[in-house]
Order: sequence, then structure tokens, then C-alpha cells
Amino acid sequence: MSLTTRRSRMAATALAAVLVASGLAACGNDDDAPAEGEKPAKLVVDTFGEMGYDELVKQYEQQTGIKVELRKTAQLGEYRPKLVRYLATGKGAADVTALEEGILNEFKANPRNWADLNPLVSSEIADDYLPWKWELGKAPDGRLIGLPTDVGSLAVCYRKDLFEAAGLPTERDAVAALWPDWNGFHQTGQKYKQATGKAFVDSITAVSNGVLFQQGTDLFYDKENNIIADSSPGVKAAWDTATSMVDISAKASTWSPEWSGGFKQGTFATTFCPSWMLGIVADNSGEANKGKWDVAAVPGGGGNWGGSWLAVPEQSKYQKEAAKLAEFLTNATSQVEAFKAKGPLPTNLEALKNEAFLSYTNEYFSNAPTGKIFGESVAQIQPVHLGPKHQAVKENAFEPAMRAFENGQASKDKAWEQFTKDAQTQGAF
Amino acid sequence: MSLSATTAPPSPAAPPPDASSRRRRGYLLNRLDLKYSPYLYIAPFFLIFGTFGLYPMLRTAWMSLHDWDMIGDHTFIGLDNYTELVSDEYFWNALINTFGIFALSTIPQLLMALFLANLLNQTLLRAKTFFRMAIFVPNVVSVAAVAIVFGMLFQRDFGLFNWLLSLVGVDQIDWRAQEWSSWTAIATMVNWRWTGYNTLILLAGMQAIPKDLYEAAAIDGASQWRQFWQITLPMLKPTFIFVVILSTIGGMQLFTEPLLFANGSIIGGNQREYQTLAMYMYEKGIYNLSTAGYGAAVAWAIFMIIVFVSLINFVLVRRAAK
Repeated sequence: MSLTTRRSRMAATALAAVLVASGLAACGNDDDAPAEGEKPAKLVVDTFGEMGYDELVKQYEQQTGIKVELRKTAQLGEYRPKLVRYLATGKGAADVTALEEGILNEFKANPRNWADLNPLVSSEIADDYLPWKWELGKAPDGRLIGLPTDVGSLAVCYRKDLFEAAGLPTERDAVAALWPDWNGFHQTGQKYKQATGKAFVDSITAVSNGVLFQQGTDLFYDKENNIIADSSPGVKAAWDTATSMVDISAKASTWSPEWSGGFKQGTFATTFCPSWMLGIVADNSGEANKGKWDVAAVPGGGGNWGGSWLAVPEQSKYQKEAAKLAEFLTNATSQVEAFKAKGPLPTNLEALKNEAFLSYTNEYFSNAPTGKIFGESVAQIQPVHLGPKHQAVKENAFEPAMRAFENGQASKDKAWEQFTKDAQTQGAF
Repeated sequence: MSLSATTAPPSPAAPPPDASSRRRRGYLLNRLDLKYSPYLYIAPFFLIFGTFGLYPMLRTAWMSLHDWDMIGDHTFIGLDNYTELVSDEYFWNALINTFGIFALSTIPQLLMALFLANLLNQTLLRAKTFFRMAIFVPNVVSVAAVAIVFGMLFQRDFGLFNWLLSLVGVDQIDWRAQEWSSWTAIATMVNWRWTGYNTLILLAGMQAIPKDLYEAAAIDGASQWRQFWQITLPMLKPTFIFVVILSTIGGMQLFTEPLLFANGSIIGGNQREYQTLAMYMYEKGIYNLSTAGYGAAVAWAIFMIIVFVSLINFVLVRRAAK
């Protein structure tokens, strides 16, 4: 036997072994497709953060006899790649999948990955939800991808003790009266700064978040999903309002160590709180600051930051049953239950009028009636159209440019130039 | 070929028809065993390499020739991604950042490691094992923990380093806002974590140097310093180059430290001051679902850069060996 044949044979054997192995890996899939109309033994639900579904799925199990497995992922940053893997490989996705606002908008660009819920859920429920929230759950081709869960309605968290030290009113209605609009907010901030020499708001990007969603116009995209970042009046308004407040900003951008450390140190007296942020503010401020925070209405009325939907992936074998479960989890009673358990704010109109919801108060925040405050804020949210890469444009173009200006790394014009240039690449899809 | 030597030559005459078939089967099995079991023994390596090494690489190359949406359509576009890459300023920015941080981390780190290894190699040192263990401890700490703690130390408002600087009258530095400061901060994390590791490898290299060389030098009246320069360093060259190659690979793949330093923002700084190549690949290939093909092209560019740098290393090794 010559050396060469031996070598080539060796290579051939190795190659064959590799092929067999990859073949084995590829063959290991679904021979267990269900028969038509069969009731599933188990449905899987994927959620991130805390959506408050623990008790609800138990109820559903008892009502229907279908076992429900709740898979929770703490961080959105960990959740998204997993979801992408499920979709890209066509397997592994849960029957009911929670989609955060940014994810949903991005995934809408490929609606075929998701089941159309229109024929699967009862047609009357469309009127049960906030109309704009319901509309956002639809893909451009008319498919209904997601059922609304919660909304990140906005309020202002403020430090009563610091306000008092600066000679400002501390009672939440009086505080809200200080800032009917953003100009009022700015002036209050300047007064605070004059009195104490300290910054008033955590960062200008936090302000821009609030202003963006009050515009009621197109933001980074127009209705046809063309990028209009450089000409959009809504974006320009948010940019101008936010950048004008650089004099009262602590320059501590949300999630940075300066920001989380700032809560304990009192580097800023106000921050913007979607309802899901309350827990984070409480954690960062610690037990020592309990009762020092309070919640007031946001300047300009309304505002939205985050929020989710429940969707059924096309690859689910039990789309009909999964849709029923999603419908159950987003109905009025369930949304109130979830709010009481973990705090996600209802989007179901009936839930928003619910007595238990409206009378809810938050102990850490000086017993502020958060249900009422956020509920009122929800009603004022302006529906906006977010394009497919809204999140990427906001996170990787809009906010970095704004921070570069805030930190003095770039002039206002240079920063705007940076934003419009990066928006083109980040927003392309 | 050693195998053929042990193979029993097949008997020229056919076995008699009444020979027991069991014996014949045994003979066949024996032959099969000799011929094919070696392939079986080496198969695991090829299996693992094929599945986790070769296949992903080829697949990435294939992806890089497409306009590839991770969860949507794929269109073949030839080399367009690569032509775009050449004129992509953010790619070059990431390349410069990576090499900048690499230089700031590798050079001081190896000098420090050399110094410490030499110190630990002293015959008079007491509690050797303790020091050797202690110096390796940072490497055991999870990289995420290191990055988070250092991220706090390098905080602008309440960071320890800014507080120390304020004691000597230096103004507050926003570490994340400039290139030099962010690179320094990230290089500090890398240095803290890897100096001990490199020290131990260099120490092992030093201990392999024959003692009689030092004795002969001492008899000839060479000082400690001269012994270090003329015996330790030249004899240590192969080990040193090994350490350099390891640091190069690590430096080109730098990802977690800058990402966590940026509070998870994939663009690494407001103006991409410290976005590394690996982060840029992640931004294009994974964060942004619709540009996965372009991300694959970035991945191949990184691969080519590592090959190029390794070639330089290789040439250096050959020259050192001569």
C-alpha cells in the first residue's frame, strides 16, 4: 500500500466521519408532528425581565389541563440572541414569545417568522386595547404579530428631600405644576442648580427619551420606512429640547456606573421613570433612601419608554392553542394580576379602569399612587410609527451623538452631523 | 511506515478449504483492526475540528459573499462586502483601537512579567509557592467581574482612580471620553488579569535554563545584571515568543472588557473611542440582524489580520532560532 493512497484514504475516512456526524446532527429533528386538532400536552412561554406570569400560567393549567412551561430570561441582552438563534435555525422557539418594542419592530421586517394571529384570536379583542399599541403589533403586510402586554408609560421620579433643600415644593401635584411643559422643567432645574449648585436631571438622553414619544409624528422613519433622521421634525424637537438642558444635567447616562452610583450620592434630583423603572430606582437608591423619592407627572403629558407584546412563532406546532394562551395572558384580569405581581403597566383598556389598579400605591416612593399617575399618563401617549431599526438608530446613533455633545467631545453641530451620518448606516435594513 | 512492518504478510497459499471458519474470521478481524482502527483513534480530533473549526469557518466565508439577513433572505453579492469593508472608516477605527489597546496592554505586561519572573526565580526567595500562587490569582477571576469592578474604579464621578488623582491635584478625568484614557483603562484590566499568567510561563522557561551556565558565569565574575542580559534573556527567547503569540491572539480578540467598559454599548464609546474589531464584528454580524453577511466579512478580515500577525511572529521565531 503506497503512502499516498493511505493518506488519501485517511482523509476520506475522516471526511466521512465528519459527514456522518453532521448528518446525524441534521437528522435529529421533528418526527413528532401533532395530528390535526390534537390538544397539546405542553405549551412553552418565553419571557424576559419580570412579566408577572407565574400565577397566571398556573391558573391556565388548571382551567385547560394543558401544561405550561414558563422560561424566564432576566436580561434582554441575553434574550434577543437566543430568540434570533431559534428563528435562524427554525427550531427551539417557545409557543408564546414575548417581544420587546425594539425587537418587535426589527422582527417585523421578516413577518414570515411569526404566525398571523388575526384568524386565531377572537375578532372583538382589537377594541380592548390602547389603539396605537394594538396597531404597533401589526406587520407591514397586515399580519397581526403580537398581542399587547404592557406599556412603559412615563413619569418623573424626584427626590423630595433635595427639592426641599433647594426651596422647591415637594408635594407631587405642586411639583407637577412646576413643569406643565419642558420649558418649565428646564426653569425648575435652573432654579434648583442656582440654589444647590448641583445637577437637576440625570442626563439629556433621558430627557430626549421623554420628548421623542410625545411628538405624535414620525421619528427616524416615515410611514414607508425610509430613513428621515435628518429631516424629521419630531427628532429635531427632541434633540433641541434635550441639548438645551445640558446646563442642568449630571451627565450620567442611563445604566452607566455614574448613573447607578448617582442615586445614592444624590448627584441628580430627578430622573424619568417608566413604570418598570421604579424597581430599579429603588434598588439603586437603597433602603436608606426609602421614602425620599416620589413620583410626579411628566412634562408635556404622556410619554412612553419600552413595553412588550406576545407573539406566536410560525415554527410553533400548536399555533391555535398558543394564540389562546397569549389571549388569556393579555386579557384585562390577567394584566391587572401581572401589574400587582411585578408592575408591568396594563394596555388593556378595561384593566386601566380597574379599581385595584387605580388605587395601587407604591410604598418606597412615599406611597405615590403609581397606578393612577401612570394610568393617566398612558391615556396621553401619542401613537408613533417606529421603523424596523428604531432601536439601533436610537441607541447607536442618536444617543451617542447627544452624549458626545453633553460631555463636550463635540459641538452641537458636529454631534448632529455624527447622528445623521450614523443614522443612515444603523437604520439601513 | 511502522504499521506495515507489524502487519503479518498474507500467506501466499490459500488456506485449505477445511480450515475452521472461526480462525478465518479472526484473521479478517485482525486485518481490519490493523488497517482501520488507527483512523478511528484519530477520528475524534477530525470530528471536533470539522464541526467546530472548519465548518464554521467555511460557512462564515460563504455568508460573507451574501447580503445575509439572519432571520430573512440571503442574496449572493460576490465580493461586495469586502470592497465596502476597505472603505469603511469604522472598520479602520476598530482596527486602530485594537492595535492601540494591544500595544498598551502587551508591552508593559510582558516587561512586568519578565521582571516578576526574574524576581520569583531568585534562589534566596522564601515562600516561593505562595508568591507563585498569589501572582496567578487574578487570572482565575471571571473576566466579567474584572471588567465590572474596573469599570467602577474608572468611574468619572466617584471612581477610585479619579479620587487618587484628585489627591495630587489632577482634575477629574472622564475615562470613557477620550481614546488615550479609555485605552489605558482597558489595557489596565488586561494587564491586571494576564501579567501573572505570563509571569508563570516565563518563570518555567527560566527554570529550564541549565544552572551550570550561571555558575560558570559567576566564576568568571559576571554580575547578576550581566547574567540576566547575557544568559537568561537569550535562553528565554523561545518562551518569550510563545508568550508574545498568545498575547497577540488574545489582543486581537479583545471583546468583553471594552464591551462592559462601555456599559454594554456595542459601539464602544460615544464616538467609538474604544470599539475593538471583535466588537465591530458583533455589531455588524449579530447585533444588526440584516447585515450578518457584512459581519462575516469582518470576521474573515480579522482572521486574515491574525494570520498576517502570526506570520510576522513566525519569521521572528525562525530568525531567533538561527
